[in-house]
Amino acid sequence: MAAAKEIRTQIGSIKNTQKITSAMEMVAASKMRKAQDLMRAGQPYARQIRNVVGHMADANPEYKHDYMVERSEVKRVGYIVVSTDRGLCGGLNHNLFKALLKEAVIWKKQGAEQDFCALGAKASTFFRNYGGNLVAAKSGLGEAPTVEGLIGSIKVMLEAYDEGRLDRLYVVYNEFVNTMTQKPVVRQLLPLSPDMGADAEQDDENARPGSWDYLYEPDAKALLDSLLVRFIESQVYQAVVENGACEQAARMIAMKSATDNAGGLIDDLEMVYNKARQAAITQEISEIVGGAAAV
Amino acid sequence: MANSFTCNIVSAEASIFSGTVEQVIASGIMGDLGILPGHAPLLTELKPGPVRVIQDGGKEENFYVSGGFMEVQPDVVTILADAASRASDLNEAAAEEARQQALKAFNEKSTELDYTRAAAELAEAVAQLRTIQQLRKKAGKG
Repeated sequence: MAAAKEIRTQIGSIKNTQKITSAMEMVAASKMRKAQDLMRAGQPYARQIRNVVGHMADANPEYKHDYMVERSEVKRVGYIVVSTDRGLCGGLNHNLFKALLKEAVIWKKQGAEQDFCALGAKASTFFRNYGGNLVAAKSGLGEAPTVEGLIGSIKVMLEAYDEGRLDRLYVVYNEFVNTMTQKPVVRQLLPLSPDMGADAEQDDENARPGSWDYLYEPDAKALLDSLLVRFIESQVYQAVVENGACEQAARMIAMKSATDNAGGLIDDLEMVYNKARQAAITQEISEIVGGAAAV
Repeated sequence: MANSFTCNIVSAEASIFSGTVEQVIASGIMGDLGILPGHAPLLTELKPGPVRVIQDGGKEENFYVSGGFMEVQPDVVTILADAASRASDLNEAAAEEARQQALKAFNEKSTELDYTRAAAELAEAVAQLRTIQQLRKKAGKG
């Protein structure tokens, strides 16, 4: 019965693991709901500020902000990489880094250097191994990230852009398509691209590009400075909360399949265990029968 | 309708108001602004303070905004608020307490950083009180 006992212990340990994964699945499911609420709550602001900035790109401002001017030569690009703090969420981070590297290789071929800003512990770990030039890192954002927690890292990247050390800035995060699907995206933040206001659909018919300008209060420079910084912050914040919703969804799916796999494993092992038990009983009986015949 | 336009008020956490309005009154950084339909395109920073919205049909709504931006287009006004709330949700006692606390911090002004923060807090508390008082005045009249 030695083999049977070993199998029993193994089944027991898999059952324990299954309990943990199914608990994690349920936790992730409830956190996902909260993360999704957070993501939805932020969407109106992100959309409206994108509309406003889109309008601004249509206008003919007296003052061209640095963020709105395409630079002729791109020597260095920056990436703000939004990842999760914890693992056990399937291929979420891995797919994101793969998408990032694909993009980075294209820039490398064109001779542009890269700087990275890592949001989330997993991105920091990744860059430690990959060896990219990490200029800012922030982890431990938790389930309800705040804009205040992100400002520092964003500022590092924006200052680099202001000083001309970066010529382009991207944000890399997972887009929440639905619970089953998360899509890694690389979106350009700076310079502001004209298609940014693409969802400013309500006044497409009376858009008159380049023929008008805003009245600014207090003055164009001060206003655009703070508005555009706010815009970048809101876009990064939105990316972080969306990635948070992705994380919980991916974890829920990963834990669900882990629970299912454990179930399958237990079924298989139980079959083996029963066979071993049966074999032991059969052997015992044949030994008794054989013994009785000998007497 | 020619004498109305769309107004959207959003804060980072939620959409506060969206609808057709006849007039929007907000406190811009350089003074109070009344926006009527067909206003020239305008971008302004907002001071902490009340935003009054006169809806289609004359119904009036009050909001409190703790700073932000306002974009005016001839047919749409967008207010990007740092934090907005319906004025009726404001609590006068809490605002008064915040004002007292800010004043106290203001007088102590231990470090430069605290000083600027206290000044900002004070401005916000005063603006909240202003919103409440405006609301009350109107309620008294009506």
